[in-house]
Order: sequence, then C-alpha cells, then structure tokens
Amino acid sequence: MQFTGYQTDDFHDELFVNQNQARDGSKLLIQKIESLTEGELLKRQQSAEKSMLYKGITFSLYGDDRLGKEQIFPFDIVPRIIEAEEWEFIEKGLKQRITALNLFMADIYGSQQIIKDKVIPEYVIHTASSFRKACIGLKPPKGIWCHISGIDLVRHSDGKIYVLEDNLRCPSGVSYVLKNREVMKMVFPQVFEASKVRPVELYPNMLLQTLQAIAPKSIHNPTIVVLTPGIYNSAYFEHSFLAQQMGVHLVAGSDLVVKDELVQMYTTQGLKRVDVIYRRIDDNFLDPHVFRKDSLLGIPGLMEVYQKGKVGLANAPGTGIADDKVIYAYVPKMIEYYLGEEAMLPNVPTYLCWQEQDQRYVLDHLKDMVVKSANEAGGYGMLVGPQSSKSEREAFAALIKTKPRSYIAQPTLSLSRVPTIVNDHLEGRHVDLRPYVLYGDDIQVLPGGLTRVALKKGSLVVNSSQGGGSKDTWVLSKKSKKS
Amino acid sequence: MLSQEVLLSRTAHTLYWMGRYLERAENVARFVDVNLLLMIDLPQVEKQHWEALVMTSGDIELFHEHYSDTTQKNVIQFLTFDLDNPNSIFSTVRQTRENARTVREIISTDLWEQVNTFYLMIQEATEKNEILYSPHEFFSNVKKECYLFEGILHSTMSRQESFYFIRLGRYLERADKTARILDVVNFMPAVDPENIQQTFQMIQWIAVLKSVSALQMFQQNFRDISAENIYQFLILDKAFGRSIYYCLQRSLTFLKLISREDTRVRFSNDAEKMMGKLKSELDYADIHEIYETGIHQYLDTLQIKINQLDTILYDTFFRF
Repeated sequence: MQFTGYQTDDFHDELFVNQNQARDGSKLLIQKIESLTEGELLKRQQSAEKSMLYKGITFSLYGDDRLGKEQIFPFDIVPRIIEAEEWEFIEKGLKQRITALNLFMADIYGSQQIIKDKVIPEYVIHTASSFRKACIGLKPPKGIWCHISGIDLVRHSDGKIYVLEDNLRCPSGVSYVLKNREVMKMVFPQVFEASKVRPVELYPNMLLQTLQAIAPKSIHNPTIVVLTPGIYNSAYFEHSFLAQQMGVHLVAGSDLVVKDELVQMYTTQGLKRVDVIYRRIDDNFLDPHVFRKDSLLGIPGLMEVYQKGKVGLANAPGTGIADDKVIYAYVPKMIEYYLGEEAMLPNVPTYLCWQEQDQRYVLDHLKDMVVKSANEAGGYGMLVGPQSSKSEREAFAALIKTKPRSYIAQPTLSLSRVPTIVNDHLEGRHVDLRPYVLYGDDIQVLPGGLTRVALKKGSLVVNSSQGGGSKDTWVLSKKSKKS
Repeated sequence: MLSQEVLLSRTAHTLYWMGRYLERAENVARFVDVNLLLMIDLPQVEKQHWEALVMTSGDIELFHEHYSDTTQKNVIQFLTFDLDNPNSIFSTVRQTRENARTVREIISTDLWEQVNTFYLMIQEATEKNEILYSPHEFFSNVKKECYLFEGILHSTMSRQESFYFIRLGRYLERADKTARILDVVNFMPAVDPENIQQTFQMIQWIAVLKSVSALQMFQQNFRDISAENIYQFLILDKAFGRSIYYCLQRSLTFLKLISREDTRVRFSNDAEKMMGKLKSELDYADIHEIYETGIHQYLDTLQIKINQLDTILYDTFFRF
C-alpha cells in the first residue's frame, strides 16, 4: 500500500507538506511504508488488532449481549509525528496553562480575587454546575488542585495549534497511549529507532511520583490506591492497567471505609490505612455526606478526612469548574491575570450564548458553527453546523434561547489530517491530540499523548463514542549535531 | 506502594474463585473426554451412562429443564458450551476470565493474556458445531490451557497471598471434584449380561482413574484395579496430586501461609482450625473404616465439609 494517489486536499497534513513532499520528521516512516510489499501494511494493521484483542485492550466489554464479540478501541498503525521544536513549544504552552488553571482554582475556592477584579463575571462561576460550594476554603496539599489533566489540542488549516478543551476531572486514554506504543514497537521496530521517537513508558512512574507528592506530611511510605467506579465502567481497563503499572491497589468505594478519622481499606488482614487516592470517579459521587446523597460509589466521610489533611486526593474535588466550556473561554484572560503573560496556545474563538451580542451572532451563523453544551463531554450535546439539517439547527436555536448559559459556539475548524488505512489504501482523516500533564512537585508533560482520529470520511468528531479511533503519537528527539 | 503486603478482601475472594472456576473447567473437560471414549466400548448402555455423567456434575435437574433428550450431543452441549449451565466449560472459563479481568492489577500480565486467549479460543469454538461430534481435540486443548495457566502462575507470580489464594481455590475445588468423580460409580447403570459384568466394571474403573489423570500413577502403586485400591489411592494417597488427602494437605499449607502461621499457637483462625481438623481425620483414616461407614456416605460427608470450609473462608477472609 503506497502513497501514490494520496491527497492532502486543502487540509494541513501532519505527515506531508503537500502530496508530493513528506515533512522532515516523517520521511523515514514514509520510506518504510513505501518499501513494504503489496498487502504488507494491511497485514501489519491486522496483526496489531489481533494483538490488542489478545492483550484484552478492549474498549467496552460485554454490554447486554453476553455472547457479543468484544471490540478493541479502533487503532490505526500509521502514527502521527510531532517534531522536537514544535513539541517544545506545545509543552511550554501546556505548562503555562496548567499553572494558571491551578492558580484560578485556588483563587475561586478561596478569596475570589479574579471576580473582584472583574476579569471573570461572578455570574459565570455561580451558574456553573461543576462549581462545588463544599470546596470553598479547601487547601489541598502544596496548593495544587489539578494533578492529572488531559488537554485537547487541535490544529487548524492555518497550521496553528489551538486548545479545544481542558479536561481537569478524570481524563482517560493514557493507557491507550502506552498500549498503542507497545503494539507499534512490534509493527515498526526499525523506524522507531531511526526516527528517535521519545519514549512514553515512564508515565506510570511519573504518575506514582505525582501521587506520592500529595501524601499526608507524616507518611513516608504512603499506601496509594486507584479508586474505580467498578468493572462495568468503560474505562475499567485503564484503571486496572494504571494500578498494575504502578503496583498499587485498585479499589472500589465498597473496599474503603472511614474509621478512626482515617480512610481505611478492608484487607484479608483487617483494616489498613490509605494515604493517597487517585480517584477515577466524579466529585459528585465521592462522598454522599457532602455531595450526592444517593451515591453508592463513594466513601461516606471521605471529605472530612481530606479536609483534615489525612488523605491525599488526585484530583482535588472541585477541579471540574474549569471544564465548564463557558469558563474555558476565560482561560487566556486567566493566564494574563495570574501570570502576566500572553497564552502561548490560543483558545478556539468562543461565543458565549449568555451574552446577548454573542448569541445574536451565533443564531445568525448556526450553519457555520459548532455549538456545544457547556457541561457535556464525549461529543454529546453537540451541533456541527455544516453537517446539520435545518430541523436540528432549529432545535438548537430554541435550546440556546431558553438556556443561554448552557451553550457556547465556535467556528467550525478544519482539523488537520493524518494518513489512515481505509480498506486497502491510505486516506487523510481528521485528528486531535490529548497530551497528559502531571503536576506533583513540578509540572511534567508526557511526550506525545493520545491522537484521536475520526475514522469516518470527512467527520470532525474524534470521540470514541462517536466512531473515533486512535493512533500512536511520535514526538521526535532533538537531532544530535552531525559530526 | 508495596501493595502486595496485603490483599483487599474483595480481591482475595476474586482470586480464590478464579482458581476454583479454572479447576472446574479442567475437570469437566477431562471427565467428558474420558467418558466419550468409554462410550465407544460400552454402546449398549450409552443412554444411562450419559444420564450418570450429568448426575455427577450435580446439574441433572437443570439439564432436563433445557433438553428433552439425553443424547451425546445434548450432554456435550450442556457440559461444554451452554451458558445457561453455570458449570459448563464455557461458563467457568468465562468466569475465570471475568475474575482475572477484575484483578488484572494483581496477576501477572502473562497470566492475564493466557486466560484471555483461552477464553477467546472457547468463544470461537462455540461457533463450530462439529466440535459436538468430535470433541477430543477440543477437550485436549482445554486441558493444555489449564496446565499452561498453572505453569505461568508458577513461573511469573511471587509466592505471596495472591498466589496462595488462587492455589487454595484450585485445591479445594479439586478435592471436591475428585470426591464427586469417585461417587459417579454409584450412579452408573447396572448391567444385565453377567458374562461382561467383570469387564464392564473394570472399564468403568479405568475411566474413573483416567478422569483424574491417575491411571499411570495408580498402576505404578497397585497391581489390581479394584474398587478398594482405587478408593485408597484417590482418597488417601499422600503423593498423588489429585487425591483428596493431597488436595486438603496442600490447602492447609496455603491457609497457613495466608494467615502467616504463628508457630506459638496451634491455629490462628477458624478456617485454619477446620481445615486442620479435616486433614487430621484423613491423616489417620483407614480404607477399611471408610468402607464400614459406607463409601457413598463417606464421600458425601466429605463434600459437605468442603462446602462448609468455603463458608468459613468467606467469614474469615472475604467478608467485610
């Protein structure tokens, strides 16, 4: 399968400058693919898929149909490549953003100076469904709220990288980054070495360090756990994978109890204290005493122990406030306000429907815009203007008018593409990128991240719930000087 | 850090059952396979024999709920692939795999991948109808996968609680299954033609031995294939890996390792106490005394005690 006939069309292609010329960092890979015999690439794709099935890297198991074949998270073996200089810039931009977001959270659950200084309207904060009153006055260890985040980035046809959304609650997908890489090493062993791809394998160690950093002060050898909603959660594979890779316990809420003012777990040897919880359940379900009373997933009394500093939580409760897409729109202003710097990675221009002027513009240009619900993730509650029908637009117009605070709109971006195997040949498909940022003693960014690809022709929605797949992401090392 | 110092109660329970389910699958495979071959020698009693086979599995009522005819095809379907039968090979391997998936962070990756591919192999087999007519190779593969599990377990996992709970599950299940298989003879059809009586019984006993992969080891220890010798070997032998005595003795060892045996006390929890008692009974048991009690009665009581042990294990380690 060769690149003859491959079209970049009018899009930015991550591997090609134009259809006749590969980008510098991609040349080795393209050569390799060109050198394969007919059918070989497809064979490697199939063997990658089979290996994922055997390894049990499946996305959602069973469902209702007990005989249903399990599905692997669709994976395409042609990687996305990011060159060293560009990555350096992205990494700096992410660190800047996370620094500002953490300052914002400390401020918003503290003295709320940013509201007093009229940078963000009070209205926007207090109407955010992810604002947690119970978190006002919380002082997380070292002042860090968001220890693990996955920031979604996209590249527009102008070649620039934009931030699409911040995922500061429990971003998933990093296990696929690690597993994709494991499989890719078997698929293209030589190209890896020659291209000097930066490794991602250290992520579990980085994560463990991050979690150790938030252990209560007096504890030198903390007991760390990963808290999962349970085996039927679609990200269960990731929860157990991360626990396994870090060598820590994977627990469900029912394994934990608050006793003697400590969080403890039931073991075969009786109760044992837990010092740090990497929780993969939403704030709302963490502690029925404080948040949702009907939660069966959480641990009654957890928040009290947390407030007393006797257990560490990652992320701190309340971080979802900055995931609200209306608040997202203010992040560049936060960066200016807290750091006195201009945002290195710009936001996608965002229209806030609760503002009259913006709303009028959005309603007049619905056909060209992407409308998103302020508080939904996973590609739900979304209108992609250019691909919408008249009745869908009318429905969204009505929604926007009745609940303006709940909607934002952005111009439709033309996301960059990466060559992707389609049947027996290669075609460009749109991608985004979710790098993972860890904030323990300092901020670390995993080189690369999850490249999600919209497998449907022309589709801009990369979410796995909407027919998206993933690719390995190769961040290249800096070239050593030629001697 | 150091998560292996202790085990969550829930995790221990899952590992223990993972061991039990896998052992159950292995036993069904061996048992059905042997009896299929036996049937070739005894065509005249085929139907009753299939009935006895299902009886041994303990699920005869369930079988008649779902199948009208006791044919080879139906029995194999029921014992092998039927998900409505919680003890079929497919059901138990599926459970093994589901349990393994739940504790993937504890077991080695190699062990997980083996259990996962084993499950996928059976799932694929369910789609091939011809296996119902010629299943020998399939059963042989199931057995091999179970041996592979054992090998990977031993060569990739540390000797610590997680390992011990899996092993404990396997040995308790195995003790129970050996008792059941020995009891099968009590369900076997009686045969009319007197002249083949002798041969017939002999063939049955050989089948029993084969069902627990014991024929060769038995023959190295005994000259005559007689009921008494077989009971002696499969209940009381000290060295054979599937004798009830051996299984209970191993179970006790694992229990002591789990409770971190304190040599200053005789036992440290109820599970250890009961297992110790049961094992001591067998220590000093005598096959002639067992005969006096009545062999069926004896095996029955033994199975009841193994069930009680399971409950006590639950109260000691798994309940919270």
